[in-house]
Amino acid sequence: MSKAMGEVLLEANAVAKHFGGVKALRDVSLTIRRGEVYGLIGPNGAGKTTFFNCMTGLYVPDGGGFMFNGTPLVADAPHQAAERGIARTFQNIRLFGNMTALENVMVGRHVRTKAGVVGAMLHTPATRNEEAAIRQRAIDLLHYVRIEDRAEDLAKNLSYGDQRRLEIARALATEPSLLCLDEPAAGMNATETEALRDLIEGIRRDGTTILLIEHDVKLVMGLCDRVAVLDYGALVIEDVPAVVQKDQRVIEAYLGA
Amino acid sequence: MMKWLSPRSALGIALITVALVALPFVAAMGGQAWVRILNFAILYAFLALGLNIVVGLAGLLDLGYIAFYAVGAYTWALLASPHFGLHWPIWAILPFGAALACIAGVVLGSPTLKLRGDYLAIVTLGFGEIVRIFMNNLNAPVNITNGAQGITLIDPVKFGDFSFSGTSQILGISLSGPQKYYYLLVALAILVIIVNERLQNSRIGRAWQAIREDEIAAKAIGINTRNLKLLAFAMGASFGGIAGGIFSAMQGFVSPESFSLIESIMILAMVVLGGMGHIPGVILGAVLLTVLPEVLRYAVGPVQTAIFGKVLVDPESLRMLIFGLALVLVMRFKPAGLWPSPERKRDLTVKPQEVAP
Ligand SMILES: Nc1ncnc2c1ncn2[C@@H]1O[C@H](COP(=O)(O)OP(=O)(O)OP(=O)(O)O)[C@@H](O)[C@H]1O
Ligand SMILES: [Mg+2]
Repeated sequence: MSKAMGEVLLEANAVAKHFGGVKALRDVSLTIRRGEVYGLIGPNGAGKTTFFNCMTGLYVPDGGGFMFNGTPLVADAPHQAAERGIARTFQNIRLFGNMTALENVMVGRHVRTKAGVVGAMLHTPATRNEEAAIRQRAIDLLHYVRIEDRAEDLAKNLSYGDQRRLEIARALATEPSLLCLDEPAAGMNATETEALRDLIEGIRRDGTTILLIEHDVKLVMGLCDRVAVLDYGALVIEDVPAVVQKDQRVIEAYLGA
Repeated sequence: MMKWLSPRSALGIALITVALVALPFVAAMGGQAWVRILNFAILYAFLALGLNIVVGLAGLLDLGYIAFYAVGAYTWALLASPHFGLHWPIWAILPFGAALACIAGVVLGSPTLKLRGDYLAIVTLGFGEIVRIFMNNLNAPVNITNGAQGITLIDPVKFGDFSFSGTSQILGISLSGPQKYYYLLVALAILVIIVNERLQNSRIGRAWQAIREDEIAAKAIGINTRNLKLLAFAMGASFGGIAGGIFSAMQGFVSPESFSLIESIMILAMVVLGGMGHIPGVILGAVLLTVLPEVLRYAVGPVQTAIFGKVLVDPESLRMLIFGLALVLVMRFKPAGLWPSPERKRDLTVKPQEVAP
């Protein structure tokens, strides 16, 4: 990696979003540094997913904005966010159900490849080479998340845990510098969660910064370098796990009201 | 990578080739009318495969597809007929017609980018009708399309001195006009099959399928859904334009009534009934839906006379009744189409309501 670890990768500046009367995000500002695993936690409806959606361009914020790698992220342009190096998974898994697991990951290579219609129709050597490289990379990624034996199965026929892994592989195929995972452990049993934890640590070791939304407090506190807590759309605290865990406001947010 | 054909598939290809070459001669035994029906079956297969790019691959429900066919047909009719006294050669008109249809595809596509499913179907349906009504009314104040009378005496397909109309002798074999068109159409159909097949397994084709499966996820992994949808419309429309040109030349006559809504619906029915997104299925759908009504046309009357001694029900109504019933039965018992792709018989269960990501 060319850039030094520890420098700011993503900066949210007073991001606000409301839905009618619901203030889903109230001027949330936070910074994610290169190389860290950053946790985003908070009670149900706190605005975590909304934060992801604003960052990845699926929602247009009503106020504030994001800086990524030193330049602003354009709102309302999800494909540009992916191109810039932000990849995500979805809380309610969104795979391409009628495509095979391998094809799902191959689609993930879209932003990093070039072949157009003419190349495809003429089957030029350049297109064929690129196609072979896409396939190889996708196979490698399926190995990486350990579902290579499901490569030819339709995504919709995979088990729940494998679908979550496939979504991560698809996101990794875009070569992100920031990987955002929205509750990846939801619905997993203890063994699956443990394996997921290994996977996330591996991804971090390989140089990708990770933003993790998770309800499993043990997982978050064990994995994350820093944690931010949202409550009713507002940032409560942003600090290392040890401090966050003891914070009175956090305890109240989780136990009270 | 070229793989050597196994003996079995080589034999298969050889048999198909022989069958394709012999078919127009077999059909001609029943009269040239059957060769024409055969030609239409192939032309519709071509159209259906063009529409398959839009509907089958990209998942955009387009009910105005016939408009692009009309654009191609009128382009040929106006540039190669006594109407304007123009007689452009095929290598100029066909690409020009395809390009115009392509532009029409983008024009239709751009306002519909945010629409999905039923809404998209309604808007495209309207577009198809608009084009037909234009063709019907562009005869005043300046006579461009000759209105409802249509355009006649359109030039046939010609390569140099070789014309596709009339009988000619090739290698001692006498070939009728429709038989010559048959071979041209087969060549074009093979071309569109190759294009479909290659697109389907390409970066662009996969992106289309991703949009079809989940547009939000497709956006989130970096697919520019706007451009890719426009590209699908443009590609499909270009094929429609080419088919329209050939139609014009083959018939020697076009009028707006050839481009009514029912035609769009028929082509869509071919794609859906055959097996959406599966190339052999789409071809089967096109051939069945073209040939079946014709077979019924010839069979319904005589069969009634044979059974009841007289014609009880008007053959024309009964024909459409049986045809409609057949469609309903197929959709009831084979909802994924007659010949869906083997490993992915799509279960047509209702997708859960679109929820926020
Ligand atoms: N598209 C939308 N339209 C209307 N309201 C929305 C929309 N998306 C989110 N909200 C509202 O915004 C608030 C924050 O929702 P969000 O999904 O971001 O919460 P969350 O922190 O991800 O919760 P959970 O842990 O349950 O996933 C909620 O009150 C939710 O109802
Ligand atoms: Mg959420």
